[in-house]
Amino acid sequence: MNPLALLARIGRLALDWLSAIGRVALFGLSTLTHMLRPPFYGRETLNALLHIGWLSLPVVGLTAIFTGGALALQIYAGGARFNAEAVVPQIVAIGMVRELGPVLVGLMIAARVTSSIAAEIATMKVTEQIDALVTLSTNPMQYLVAPRVLAAFLTVPLLVGIGDIIGIAGGYAVAVHNLDFNAAAYLKNTVDFLEPLDIISSLVKGAAFGTLASLMGCYYGMQSGRGAQGVGRATKGSVEAAAVLILAANFLLTGAFFSV
Amino acid sequence: MIKLDDIHKAFGSNQVLRGMTLEIPKGTSMVIIGGSGTGKSVALKCILGLIKPDSGSILVDGKPADSGDRDAFLARFGMLFQGGALFDSLPVWQNVAFRLMRGALKRPAEEAREIAIEKLRRVGLKPDVADRLPAELSGGMQKRVGLARAIAAEPEIIFFDEPTTGLDPIMAGVINDLIREIVVEMGATAMTITHDMTSVRAIADNIAMLHDGVIKWTGPVGQMDNSGDPYLDQFIHGRAEGPIEAVR
Repeated sequence: MNPLALLARIGRLALDWLSAIGRVALFGLSTLTHMLRPPFYGRETLNALLHIGWLSLPVVGLTAIFTGGALALQIYAGGARFNAEAVVPQIVAIGMVRELGPVLVGLMIAARVTSSIAAEIATMKVTEQIDALVTLSTNPMQYLVAPRVLAAFLTVPLLVGIGDIIGIAGGYAVAVHNLDFNAAAYLKNTVDFLEPLDIISSLVKGAAFGTLASLMGCYYGMQSGRGAQGVGRATKGSVEAAAVLILAANFLLTGAFFSV
Repeated sequence: MIKLDDIHKAFGSNQVLRGMTLEIPKGTSMVIIGGSGTGKSVALKCILGLIKPDSGSILVDGKPADSGDRDAFLARFGMLFQGGALFDSLPVWQNVAFRLMRGALKRPAEEAREIAIEKLRRVGLKPDVADRLPAELSGGMQKRVGLARAIAAEPEIIFFDEPTTGLDPIMAGVINDLIREIVVEMGATAMTITHDMTSVRAIADNIAMLHDGVIKWTGPVGQMDNSGDPYLDQFIHGRAEGPIEAVR
């Protein structure tokens, strides 16, 4: 291939990537401004709180309990190689609260909520429901996007907190019932080892991941192309983008909270 | 009066409107006809501001459509979408009363529900439909709910986008009669886009033939059959031969 053509292709890709970042940033900014100015749609926000928060609890709980249990088994087995089996409570606690809790909840939200938001809004766009909203003097950014992003910002930290507790409980159950740990000592070690910063970082990550997940769902839904293929592409793109952004944001936030 | 003057609109390399000019006098029913993909829906969406034209001007009662208070502007319009565009998550009565439950026209839920049921009755639907979800209704019923929503706030201007597409001839006749009755009763300005010639004859005061992004012929519906315009003749008689290419 001609080197100049290759260079042009790389340049075009870079420009496309930068313009996509710009569009997402502008969409985020627009969402923020629509969240702050009336009219506020209370019923839509309550609905979003229910769907994003309450109805995600089962999947978050199940993910966390199995992850906590598996983590306890892994740490026990790995620790046994250098006689460090006793650190199971501390590592489960720190692993769940600092990393696995927020990241897994974030990814489950991306799978469950981002996809559902993108598919719903994309279908509304394809079936002219978004146009209908506009003709009925209702701003889709205010009616559809702002309530969902606000609800995710508020509820995902709570889900992360609950996921952390359930994950630790999963580790506790496995350690006490399968690995013969003393129950009281396990709990004491867990509580003593965790610091406020661990919990704060977990909740901040939850808020960031929830915002990113819902924003990607809304963005891809609103940008959807025509027909079933458009809806499919929007849904797939939203989940991919949300998952990647969550992992990237996790790296940045971990660095910001715990870099030495 | 709605006045479109030299409207151009392209999507990428696809030039859809190439200088569309049209006047719709107040209180009359204009039907725009033309083949699929000739820009009928685009023209309608340009007036509503859903699509921004590349050039040209749109005046509604002498004022540019894209100036002034947007909410007040849109409050003058009602629109029946081709597929109904009903909100899946809301029961029928909330769809109909959507505009009456928000913004400047907001009123108590009970009153909005009463108005919705009255409008549903106006389009021939029973009150027990009010609490059902749109997905539980047939295509014809969804269209009628869409019509009830379009007239709920008693707009001055009503747009109908292919109102009879996908309906059986009897239901299409019912919708055509309803549209005609409602437009006359409300004294509204109506703009309909369709390629259903039965609808044209039932609904129109005036018709406009859109082809290749421009209006080829416009005039009273009574002159349609003797227009002498080859495009209109071919279209209304459904002939494969003529200036409009069958393969587009």
